[in-house]
Formats: sequence, structure tokens, C-alpha cells
Amino acid sequence: MTARAYRAVKVAAELAVPLAILAAWQLWTVASDSAKFPRPTTIAVEFRRLWLFSEFGTHVAPSLERIGLGFAIAVLVGVALGVPLGLSGVARRAAMPHIEYWRAIPPPALLPISIVLLHSIGNLQKVSFIAFFCIFPVLLNTIDGVRGIEPVLLETARSYGVPPLARIRRIVLPAALPQIVAGMRNSLALAVIMMVLSEYFSSTNGVGYVLLISKNTFQLVPMWAAILLIGLLGYVLNLLFLLVERRVLAWHRGWRASVA
Amino acid sequence: MLEIRDVGKTYGSGAGETRAIERVSFTIEAGELVCVVGPSGCGKTTLLKCVAGLLRPTEGEIVLRGRQVTDPPEEMALVFQEYSRSLMPWASVRDNVLLPLRHKDLSKRRRAELVEEAVGAVGLTRFMDRYPWQLSGGMQQRVAIARALAYQPEILLMDEPFASVDAQTRGDLEDLVLRVRDEFEITILFVTHDIDESVYLSDRIVVLTHAPTEVREVIGVDLPRPRDQIETKELAEFARLRAHVYRLIKRQLEPAPETSVPLRGTDV
Amino acid sequence: MRLRRPGDDSARSGRGRVSGRARGVALRAVDAAVPVVSVLAAAGIWEAVSRAGLIDERDLPAMSTTVGELWSLVQTSAFWTAFGYTVRGWAIGLGLAAALAVPIGIGLGSSPIAAAAFRVPIEFLRPIPSAALIPLLFLTLGTNLKSEVFLATFGAFWPLLVQTMYGVRDVDPVAVDTARSFGVGRAERLYRITLPGAVPYIATGVRISSTVSLILAFTAELFMGTPGLGQAVNVAQAYGLTDQLYALALATGFLGVAIHAATTAVERRLLRWHPSQRGEVRT
Repeated sequence: MTARAYRAVKVAAELAVPLAILAAWQLWTVASDSAKFPRPTTIAVEFRRLWLFSEFGTHVAPSLERIGLGFAIAVLVGVALGVPLGLSGVARRAAMPHIEYWRAIPPPALLPISIVLLHSIGNLQKVSFIAFFCIFPVLLNTIDGVRGIEPVLLETARSYGVPPLARIRRIVLPAALPQIVAGMRNSLALAVIMMVLSEYFSSTNGVGYVLLISKNTFQLVPMWAAILLIGLLGYVLNLLFLLVERRVLAWHRGWRASVA
Repeated sequence: MLEIRDVGKTYGSGAGETRAIERVSFTIEAGELVCVVGPSGCGKTTLLKCVAGLLRPTEGEIVLRGRQVTDPPEEMALVFQEYSRSLMPWASVRDNVLLPLRHKDLSKRRRAELVEEAVGAVGLTRFMDRYPWQLSGGMQQRVAIARALAYQPEILLMDEPFASVDAQTRGDLEDLVLRVRDEFEITILFVTHDIDESVYLSDRIVVLTHAPTEVREVIGVDLPRPRDQIETKELAEFARLRAHVYRLIKRQLEPAPETSVPLRGTDV
Repeated sequence: MRLRRPGDDSARSGRGRVSGRARGVALRAVDAAVPVVSVLAAAGIWEAVSRAGLIDERDLPAMSTTVGELWSLVQTSAFWTAFGYTVRGWAIGLGLAAALAVPIGIGLGSSPIAAAAFRVPIEFLRPIPSAALIPLLFLTLGTNLKSEVFLATFGAFWPLLVQTMYGVRDVDPVAVDTARSFGVGRAERLYRITLPGAVPYIATGVRISSTVSLILAFTAELFMGTPGLGQAVNVAQAYGLTDQLYALALATGFLGVAIHAATTAVERRLLRWHPSQRGEVRT
């Protein structure tokens, strides 16, 4: 096969296969006519009815708010702890057993406890739950990023008498930033999951709540629409994040390309 | 002005202990360009880091104008061999050169002036707003030198700065160092393993032994200034000095000939 | 000769080598003690906060109470049955995910056309949090092992798939070309060169997927009531048995740590020979 033909087949496949899957899905649901598996077209209609925009403010906004707050807190705490832990071997050794435990425990195990401890099923409990577990990707990546900083860079700053705080601000943070950002991206994806879990478990509003209610009332179509929304939410948030990352880390791509 | 007194350095402890530097002493007068040469692995970098205040010697001391050096002194600037790793990839040339000036008590305008001067002195004015990784190796090293210059040090320490640069660029950079020394009246301590380079640049050469390191000999270099890559290297005296240093390094049993300049604390 | 990091050395002038060695041993002992002291301190703080009533003991049982409760739980068969169910759900989920993701990943990784064809579907399905599927499974497959396994498999599938694809694509082209020039056939190239190169990536994928599988198995139990630790936690909460709730959570944490440690150890072993700059591929 010639190179051109090969490329053509590739592009064709990239377009055709998703469409084919969608078509097959539509055909199969029409044929089977099962209540549990509504047609894609039905789901799409319901999706538009619910989320654009009548129920947006009631459910999507609070969910986004929780994700946003939880993520922001997680990033701040993760970086604030990660920098000193990355710089100090002793502090790291002291913190490691705790970090290893909390990053490994399945988050849902703490859902009931978070409610009992905080006496709440409102935003306090949700945001705390989300923030707590989203700290770890950022924290671990920050530690790695700080530890992996080019020693020559730090020595240079020291030799020029740059004071320690300035060193952290001007060298440690920018140098670790690519790794921190990667951790942030994972954290964001995790935040969406934590939001769904905590709202499904106990909530009075939100996308997870919609999931729960539609299950309890056996309404399959809104449930599918909610699932679609959650998937889309994660996708869009990730996309937005990537756009910001591209701008902030433009220097990093250029640099890696030059040393490759 | 700068004295290295009986400096010794041991790394590690217990079974893994390494005696990097046994005992090194020499002095540097203001305005001199002194080269330190020695076989590979002889602790030249370690010595330089001690002089720069980045490492503490196990024995002995570094004395700068009568004061002991314990931390990086303000009057010193250091240029590393790994230029690409010493420059911040997220910052432009301008911001890289600006780094050492930020914590100094200077007005914004004065800082900008110093940066422009220094970048101009190394011939990179056109590239002020580029990123280091967009420049060639030789240019990156020039940025590192510009950064050192903007800092306005009295003493410049250079650790094999041109080892990773190609031969032709190296010649240009060597001349740059000489020009800079004359223009800014800086004292320079230059570590290298390139014997030609050491003879070409210096007023005096400190030859070290292999580890555990000591001073083998200190040689005065009486070649005429200004030096020239072609004319100076055609002189008979250049060849003689070069051969002499080479022999000292290659065969460390050679006794010192009469033309070398003995200094206190030197082993012969 | 390894250079120490600047600033972390001390001026030791003229001391002998013997004391240097003793110093080394002392330093290593302190190093090992730090994490232990840290854990003991945390346990102590927990005990103090609860006993002193800073947080009501009904909301936060004391450490000693929780550990005591865990100790008695561990002696019941009910606990270990639940424990076993969770491990079973995790294992099957991970196993199935691997059985599917590795072959598919190899296929997609080896064929750019196939990878392009399925790129969009993967990009759409991957970000769907498995958690969102719980109600759907509840209503379709029911609240049993099948749902739990489906959930765990679905979640664990994607990281493994992506890692396998990257591993296959990351193979050294020079090695492959060399083999081709020696007339080594496609299948054998795959078997001898591509796969060994992909194994470290797959090991990383297993580690990530293993964590996901455990979380989802537990989640299924918590939300759907399929037997296991998650269900036990749900029951403890429903009956207001706070001590048991905390003890079970603690135990679940330990299970998570054990699994994480095991998969990390395997991953490290398999990564040892692989060329330097390997890191977790950022998905």
C-alpha cells in the first residue's frame, strides 16, 4: 500500500468507525426495544431537555462548584506540602507512611466516616471529601518534581547568593511545574469521580443525586442522560485544562524538543 | 587577595570514604588569571566548589581578603561546565541574566542596564528575548558568562566552561574571557583539563596531581599580551610551556625545571 | 566519586576514620526510626484528640478503641468472608481487565490504522467515571457479583489499555528494524522484541488498574450491597456502629496498602532493566 493510500485509509477509519459504532448502537436499541437500553436519539433528546439548560442551575452548577472548590483546595495543599517534603529528606521520611496509607485506601471507605465526622451531607462534607483525596496526585507529583530538579540550577542560584525563599519561588516552583501540572490533571479527573460518588451516596442536589433519583424511580432515560453528562463533563474539563496547560508550559515543550 | 590554605576534602564516611583533595595551597592576586589543570578526576571541580563556598573543606580554609569563605561570597560568580543545565529553560535570556541581580539592592533601571551591558559584552543582544534552548551550545555558555558579568563579581570562577563546546567556538569563547577580564578588570580562576587552553589564557598555571590531590607545581606564564589564537600559539615559548605542563600531568615523577615560579606552600 | 548535595555537609576537621564509620551507622539508625516515630506520634495524637473530647468520641472513636474493635473483628469468620469477597471482586476485575486490555492494547498499539479508528470511541468512553455506571448496573445486571466484576473490569480496563498501547508504541525502532533486516517474521518480532519492551509499561498499568479495581469492587459493595467489606461498612453505618465503621475502614486501608505495595514491587522489579527515563505515562 502506498503512503498516500495508507494515510487515506487511516483518516477514513478515524471518521467511519465512531459513526459505525453509533449507528450500530442505534440499530440494536431499536431492534431490541428494551427499556433499559434506550436509543441514542432518545437519550440525546432527554439530554438536551434536562441539561440545556433547565436543570443546569439546579444540579450541574452545584456539582461543578464542588469540583472547583475541592480541586482548588487540593492543589493548594498539595503544592504547599509537596515543596517542603520534596526538599527535605527527613520530612519526607516522616510523612511517607501516612502518604502511602491515605493514597492506597479506597476513597469510598471514608464516605460514611466523612458524614459522621463532619456532621453534614452538604457542601462542607462533599468538598472536604473531594479535596482530601485529590490532594494526593498533586502532592506526589510535586514531591517528585521538586526532587528531580536539576542540581546545577540550584547550585547556580546558591552561588549567586539568591536567598532560600527566592530560590523556591523562582527556581523550585517553575522547575517542578511540568510535573505539578501533570498531577493536577490527574487530580481533576479524580475530582469528577469523587463528586459523583459523594453525591450518589448522600446528597440533596447535584449530578450524582440525579443518578440516584433516576435509579430509585426506574427512569432509565434520564439516567443515561446523566451518565452522558458526567462523561462529557470529565471530557470538557480535561480539554479546558489541556488548553491552559499548553499555554503555561509552552517553554517546556520547546525545551524537551531541543534536548531530544 | 584570595588564598587557598592547606585545603583538604574527604567525602563519605566509614567504608565509603574518599579522599578527594589531600592538601592544596596557592594564592591568587587581584587581576590575575590563574588556570588550574590536572588529570581527569583529580578533584578540580571539588576544589572550585570549595573556593566558591558551595562545599566546606574538611581541612584548611579559603580566605578572601582576610575573611574566611563559608558561604558563597558576594564578590564571586561561578560559571559551570554544564551551561544548559544551569540556565532556566522557562526564562528568556534576559530573565536568566537578571536572576542574580534580583536580590541585590539596585533600582530596576540599573538592573536593566547591567543586563544590557553584559549581554552586549558577550555579543548576544539580538537574542535577549529568546529561550536558552533555542540557542546553540556556545551561545548558551555565553549567556551563562553574561549572567556572571551582570552580577559584577570581583572574582570569576570557571569550571571547565568550554569542555562541552566545539573547538572553533572554544577559541572564540577563550578570547571572550580575555576581553572580559581586561574590560571589567576581574580576577579569574579557571579550571580546565585542556592544556593548550590553560597556557593560552593564564598568567599562572596551578598543576594538580591525581587524587588524593596536591599541588604539583605552579608555573608562571610569561607570554605577551594581548594573546592571539594564531600568533601566540606559534611562539616557541608557548610550545615549551605546553610540553612542560603536559609532562607534569602525564608523568608525575618529572622534577620541576628552573624556569617555574615557586610559591609558598608548593610541593616540588 | 559521588558529589554530595551542596549545603548538607559539615566541616569535620581531623577526625579519624573509625568515628566516621560509627557516625554512618548512627545516621542510618536515625533514618529508619523517623517513619516509625512519625506513625507512633500520629497514633498518639489520634488517641489524645478523641479521649480529650476535642472531637466527640461518638464521632471519632479513640485509636485504642478502633484497634481493639479491629482485633475482635479479625477473629470472626464474618470479617474474613467479607474480606475474601472484596479480594475476589478485585482479582476477577483486574484479571478480566488484563485479559482484555493487553491483547487489545497490543493490537491497537501495533497498528496505527486501528489506533486511529478507535481513538474517538476510546477518548469518549475512557473519561466516564465507572461510578456513574452503578445505577445502570443496579437496574440491569442486578446487585450481585456480576455487577461488581463488570464495574471493576470496566474501570480497570482503560489504564491498562492505554499503558499497553504506549508500551507497544514505545519500542525501540532500531531494534525492530534490525530484526526485520535479519528476516525475522512479524509474529516473532512481536514476541521477542515488542512485548519484552512493553512489559514495564504493562506492569505500571497493572499497578494503576489494580488500585482502580479495588476501589470499584469496594464501591459496588458499598452502594449495591454485594457481599464484601464495602457492604459491611454500609451495614455498620446503617446500624450506627461507629467503632466497627472505623475499624472496617482501617482494615480496608490496610488491604489497599498491601495491594499497592505488591503491585509496586512487581513493577519496580520489571522496570529495573528498562532504559533510564521511564516514568508513569501521564494519561
